[in-house]
Amino acid sequence: MDAVGLVRRFGDVIALDHVSLSIGRGEFFSLLGPSGCGKTTFLRIVAGLDAPDEGTLVIGGQDALPIPAHRRAVNTVFQSYALFPHMNVEENVAFGLRMKRVPRAEIQTRVRRALDLTQITELAARKPHQISGGQKQRVALARALINEPEVLLLDEPLGALDVKLRRELQQELHALQRRLGITFIHVTHDQDEALGLSDRIAVMNAGRAVQVGSANEIYEKPRNRFVAQFVGGCNLIDATRRETHIAHASFGELRVERELPSEKVTLAIRPERILLGRTAANRFDACVVDTTYTGAETQLVLRIGNATLKAVTINNAGATPIRIGETIPVNIPPEALLVLED
Amino acid sequence: MKRPGLQSRWLCVPGALWIGVFLLAPLLCVVAVSFFSTGSYGEIQRPLTAEHYARFVGFGALGWDALYPFIIARSIFLAAASTGLCLLLALPMAFFIASLPTRWKSAALTLVTIPLWTNLLIRTYAWQILLSGTPFYPGAVAVFVGLVCDYLPFLVLPLYASVEKIDWTLAEAAQDLGAARWNTFQHAIWPQMRPGAVAGIVLVFVPATGQFVIPDLLGGAKTVLLGNVIQQQFGPSQNWPFGSALATIAMLLVLMGLWLYARAAKNDREATLL
Repeated sequence: MDAVGLVRRFGDVIALDHVSLSIGRGEFFSLLGPSGCGKTTFLRIVAGLDAPDEGTLVIGGQDALPIPAHRRAVNTVFQSYALFPHMNVEENVAFGLRMKRVPRAEIQTRVRRALDLTQITELAARKPHQISGGQKQRVALARALINEPEVLLLDEPLGALDVKLRRELQQELHALQRRLGITFIHVTHDQDEALGLSDRIAVMNAGRAVQVGSANEIYEKPRNRFVAQFVGGCNLIDATRRETHIAHASFGELRVERELPSEKVTLAIRPERILLGRTAANRFDACVVDTTYTGAETQLVLRIGNATLKAVTINNAGATPIRIGETIPVNIPPEALLVLED
Repeated sequence: MKRPGLQSRWLCVPGALWIGVFLLAPLLCVVAVSFFSTGSYGEIQRPLTAEHYARFVGFGALGWDALYPFIIARSIFLAAASTGLCLLLALPMAFFIASLPTRWKSAALTLVTIPLWTNLLIRTYAWQILLSGTPFYPGAVAVFVGLVCDYLPFLVLPLYASVEKIDWTLAEAAQDLGAARWNTFQHAIWPQMRPGAVAGIVLVFVPATGQFVIPDLLGGAKTVLLGNVIQQQFGPSQNWPFGSALATIAMLLVLMGLWLYARAAKNDREATLL
């Protein structure tokens, strides 16, 4: 699927600003961004429920824009599930095949298969108001998958579920996608979900696809401030270039492994990359301003000079507890320092 | 634990009393009267008899004649036709009003109800004057114009209320699953409107079966309808028992129709695919 230069305006608001994305067959692709970043608009355009003001959309080698929603080989799992309330689960799932005038006997077998696949066979006769949120989600999934679409669109499919159920369904979704080999385009504002599920992620902000890459690339090599801060926490350090590999920050000199491209630079470092108590390059004394114990780890707020940095430490057995007010040595490894574009 | 429902049950007592005293009791009287004989001066007297029902079915002094069933059929046809016509007009109106910006909605709804502010007779006379120069008056077209004008608001209002509440993502889901326009309406939109439509149809159809003023004034009194006959029996003919029998039969027919519809709708909802 290729989207090139998609633009969609609503009055003065630009919902999509020249978005170009190329999504391969069988890929699990996530659009990650805050609400209002245009990710749902993109999905609606792919589904045919909305049309772009500019740009082209090719699905399976075919120009998709002239094809109306009901004839596109694309199906959607809606955020609100949008199950038909007057039909039972079985009828909901069969709907797409009925619209395509598939013979009754075939509808029956395929409905059975879809219900089995999503493990809701025993709910067949229930109405949507008689089942739980997680079950509705499965029905919505079965209803979309039964049509064997080229592309399956998932609009925050797990957004309304509680955390535990969400993790469970995430894994199932992942397994299902692997098994069926259908292209999944998945919209979410939950970075864990995007990182955990996707082959590739497009981080979106203000109608633009800011960065596209694998989970690893997005996390390890964020391109700019937005990506660095939206995906995982990140410390940002404003600095000026002293030498090619030496930056001058407010609290001291920092050796950076990557080459510094310009006079003014923004450096970033993930909290978990700040090492405590080691001595190597970029060693500083930090004052512990605050600590938050979260079980597996302790999150720290450190002050070095007038800069505030977040760090995290794993609560290994025998780890000495860190107290507020304490001064501890920290190390900012040169190879962990990221250089951002803005 | 005390259920709140038990206490609130008392809240319906005033309404129930009102309906019991002013609706149910008179209705029972009507049914009762229909089994009495008619005296030569119109008295309601004994013995109890079923002759009025026999007369309705067509066994009169002059042999068999299906006049009254025919009149009822004509009335029901007229009511059904005007209900259908109202529905055809009310559907697009309801969608149109629901699509208006909020501040225009109440204005549009007020416009819809304005005809109800005028007395039915005056409205009907007004149509007489308006249509008098045209070939439609007197005649069936004039009758339909009058009926639709009279009953349209009763369909538009409940339909509008249900259109307002439509969940349009269901329509999008239907499209997404391969439903073209008509299928989308049939499977995703109409089911959401059905309760409103049924309420409106009942509100129009039931009074329309008993309508006689409009057909009289705009139809040129050439067609006799159920309403006319009943009115005659209670008025000039002074035959209350026969009038009561006619009213009872009409009521039973309407109730039966509604019951059949409700059953069909229920079956429709409960039908499973497999």
